[in-house]
Amino acid sequence: MLSDGVIIASSMIYMGVLFGIAYYGDQRADADRSIIANPYIYTLSLAIYCTAWTFYGSVGLAATSGVDFLPVYLGPTLMAVLFWVVLRRIVRITKAHRITSIADFAASRYGKSGLLAGMVTVIVVLGILPYISIQLKAIATSFSLLRQYPQVAMPAFSTQQPFWADTTFMVALVLIMFAILFGTRHIDTTERHEGMVTAVAFESLFKLVVFVLVGIVVTFSMFDGPGALFQQAAAQPELAKLMRFEVVPGGYGGWLSLTFLSMMAFLFLPRQFQVLVVENVNEAHIRKATWLFPLYLFAINLFVLPIALGGRLIFTSGEVDADMFVLGLPMMLHLPDLALLVFLGGLSAATSMILFETVALSTMICNDLVIPLLLRANPRWLAGRADWSGLLLGVRRAGIAAIILLGYLYFRFVGESYALVASGLISFAAAAQFAPPILIGLYWKRANRRGALIGLSGGFLVWAYTLLLPAMARSGWIGVSFVDHGPFGLELLKPYALFGLRDMDPYMHAVFWSMLANVGGLVFGSMLSRPDAIEQVQGSQFVNILERERHDGDSLLWRGVVETTELYDLLARFLGPPRASEAFDRYARDHGGYPLQADSRLIHYTERLLAGAIGAASARVMISSIVMGEVLSIEEVMTILDESTQVIEYSRRLEQKSAELEAASAELREANHRLRELDRLKDEFISTVTHELRTPLTSIRAFSEILLANPEMDVDQRSKFLSIIVKESERLTRLINQVLDMAKMDSGRTEWSVETLDLRTLIQDAITSTSQLFRDKAVALHESLGDQPVLVTGDHDRLTQVVINLLSNAVKFCPEQTGEVVIRLRSVADPDRWRIEVVDNGPGIARDQHKLIFEKFHQVNDSLSGKPKGTGLGLPISQKIVEHHGGRIWVESEIRQGATFIVELPGQA
Amino acid sequence: MANKILVVDDEPNIVLSLEFLMKQAGFQVRTASDGEAALAAVAAEAPDLVLLDVMMPRKNGYEVCQAIRANPDCKDVRIIMLTAKGREVEREKGLALGADDYITKPFSTQEVVERVRELLAEAG
Repeated sequence: MLSDGVIIASSMIYMGVLFGIAYYGDQRADADRSIIANPYIYTLSLAIYCTAWTFYGSVGLAATSGVDFLPVYLGPTLMAVLFWVVLRRIVRITKAHRITSIADFAASRYGKSGLLAGMVTVIVVLGILPYISIQLKAIATSFSLLRQYPQVAMPAFSTQQPFWADTTFMVALVLIMFAILFGTRHIDTTERHEGMVTAVAFESLFKLVVFVLVGIVVTFSMFDGPGALFQQAAAQPELAKLMRFEVVPGGYGGWLSLTFLSMMAFLFLPRQFQVLVVENVNEAHIRKATWLFPLYLFAINLFVLPIALGGRLIFTSGEVDADMFVLGLPMMLHLPDLALLVFLGGLSAATSMILFETVALSTMICNDLVIPLLLRANPRWLAGRADWSGLLLGVRRAGIAAIILLGYLYFRFVGESYALVASGLISFAAAAQFAPPILIGLYWKRANRRGALIGLSGGFLVWAYTLLLPAMARSGWIGVSFVDHGPFGLELLKPYALFGLRDMDPYMHAVFWSMLANVGGLVFGSMLSRPDAIEQVQGSQFVNILERERHDGDSLLWRGVVETTELYDLLARFLGPPRASEAFDRYARDHGGYPLQADSRLIHYTERLLAGAIGAASARVMISSIVMGEVLSIEEVMTILDESTQVIEYSRRLEQKSAELEAASAELREANHRLRELDRLKDEFISTVTHELRTPLTSIRAFSEILLANPEMDVDQRSKFLSIIVKESERLTRLINQVLDMAKMDSGRTEWSVETLDLRTLIQDAITSTSQLFRDKAVALHESLGDQPVLVTGDHDRLTQVVINLLSNAVKFCPEQTGEVVIRLRSVADPDRWRIEVVDNGPGIARDQHKLIFEKFHQVNDSLSGKPKGTGLGLPISQKIVEHHGGRIWVESEIRQGATFIVELPGQA
Repeated sequence: MANKILVVDDEPNIVLSLEFLMKQAGFQVRTASDGEAALAAVAAEAPDLVLLDVMMPRKNGYEVCQAIRANPDCKDVRIIMLTAKGREVEREKGLALGADDYITKPFSTQEVVERVRELLAEAG
């Protein structure tokens, strides 16, 4: 019923319809009545993401690994959330710089580097082959399965047959034809492929409808609705597992890394970049696609699990490969029409993918590999050609053919042993390598060419080593032993367990190491080298794209002068004379004519047009080749720009230096101020010490002279005067000792003896030493010291000095006869600390004096005439001693309420 | 009639020595131990001469000197400042505030008596 003729004829008709739609789209575009200028077409065109892999492979994956098929769609959904932040930037930059491809984008960002563009192109081509091969495989397999209808069995595939008899090869040839027809009708690739986008939008709708249709048929006609289907599946333990996480290879980690891969691939696969960025006509469409596209993904995934489970329930003996359940089930139900639709759906999914992928790739190959090489080699046959546009078209067509054929070779020699998904993921991982240079380059100005080159090559090598080589090994291309035991038996270098990182899902493993190499290379390479002027200009233009309305930065680079006719000839060479004169006419219309000597604006305009045809890097080389030899060569312009950036850099550094100087001098002023303050304090200290020394000396001298001059003085008076002399001498001695003490402590030259001592006996000793003072003034002393020894570590003599000082102060300020002093020793809440409290019932100390009394020579103003005077150093010295022991001393007192001096010391640990 | 001397100092022993010296020289002596007590004594009965310490609680010597000079009833009172701070600025300050003489502690007993006698003689 389904003869080859029917299948092929309907395929041709379907392709014809697609072509018609594309043609119609182009016509509308030329007539300036674009039909793709709406968000729905844009969203549908994004569904080019869903290739034959989705169409057939998702079910295949779900049938064996359950929910493992989801990350591939979760990734884009997550990325859609970031559209407005990330994609909008990329789109704006692409428009501003007339960027044509992902290689062009990377190269433009990093100083229009031809090397980088070439590298990206090579990575893309190598990375995409597995992906193209699975499309071919899907078409060929589905065709072979379908043609056996009504029999439902997997065809016996063999790579032994010669390639001319191989269905897949035929499919490849047909696709080459279509891709060339569709994709290379124009040369200026910035002029969007509106027709192709329209066709893709249509086929996206088509494959969705067909897939959902199959889902509905399977769910409702084969089984009695989803409830019954899942019930039946759940009854089989083998199938029930598919609805849980445990069957996912690599577990959650694998799941997450797949999600990450898909996020990046969704943005950076060449065809995705093409439809998402290059073909975008309006930024507003991005906003709508943010929620609309995830909806599409949801719809197309809705029936994946039902179809997978249905397939497993029906094809129990594995007569149909899980990847082909979508086609096999309608055949099983004897619905040839539906089966044919499914085949066409898969075909269209594969075709649109290959179309866009190869068109994008061939542009890159042409602009970033072939043209630069040709320009460098500059063979004789080329030099004379005035019009290169035919040549460029030829190169692109050859590129398309080469890519598809390479895809076929990969399929034939490597891919066949792999399921659809596995090959696809290898491609995803390759595309993900562009994420670091592009995404980081969008936000980090300092990222530079060297960093990008290092990172990209590092990431690519790791990718090739951990994914591509093992895949080839498994297909028997190279010995498999290096996968199992590492190259040369080095276990540490096993491609699936690099540096001992084992027990990981291969994709997760590859993502980890390649991203580490890529991001690390980018960051360190950028930090360690200085970008040149053009890299700086491009870097800041890319990063600031949303802030700046116009980008005039790189027209600055063209200060040279060139004849307008030369520019025209250059443009005509690559675009062809008609398009070139059209472009110049447009310029004349917009700018009111053009000068004979091209100014920087016209040069820049030409460069951008040229970039549309041959890529930014090549365009820059071409323009500079004719601008050179004029007043300013490109090198000179670069130097000027570089110098001006250096001047800016210098002035920035100067500013920094002067700020530093200012800060330093402020610090100096501050230090000076502190020194002067210290000097003043020292001066005051000396003056005070002088005063304190002179006072007792005055009495001593006066009374000595009096006694000397009055030898016949009566005995009572003589002995009174003599005792004054003795007392004042003692006071002088004490004072001198304390001043020396203080000076030593201040300069840190005091020697401390450290021993374990009993505070209780220490206090009792101090009481004994001061008992005479108490008796003299008839002041009562009450002690409360407990009956246990209290051990602390410290200097016995110094601590005794403190207690004596406090006791003698207390007795000094107590009234005669009625004076009462209490000394207590007790532990506080914290058991490791001990308090010595000395309480008196003297005149008390005003609150504002509580701190001052611990300052040198500060004496409490006291109205009592004949009040005893101290040296004014007792408390400051006590404070120093206590603090040296890690304790503190303070006073609690109110006027006329007596005073309590408290010493708190840490106990023995 | 003996000249009246007021000795002002917060150090009791210094007051005691000066009191002894002045009495021995034949003057009539009163004492005060701080600035306010000194002013009260001056107000009660203006002395002929004040021996005035500088560093004292409750009004220092400079303040007392100023207050005495501000009082027209006391224009004839002679003032000798006594200070243990031997710096030149202190001396200048004292003289600027209206002191008649300035003696640094520790002093020679003989010199103090001589200076007092001279000043009183000048005053006539």
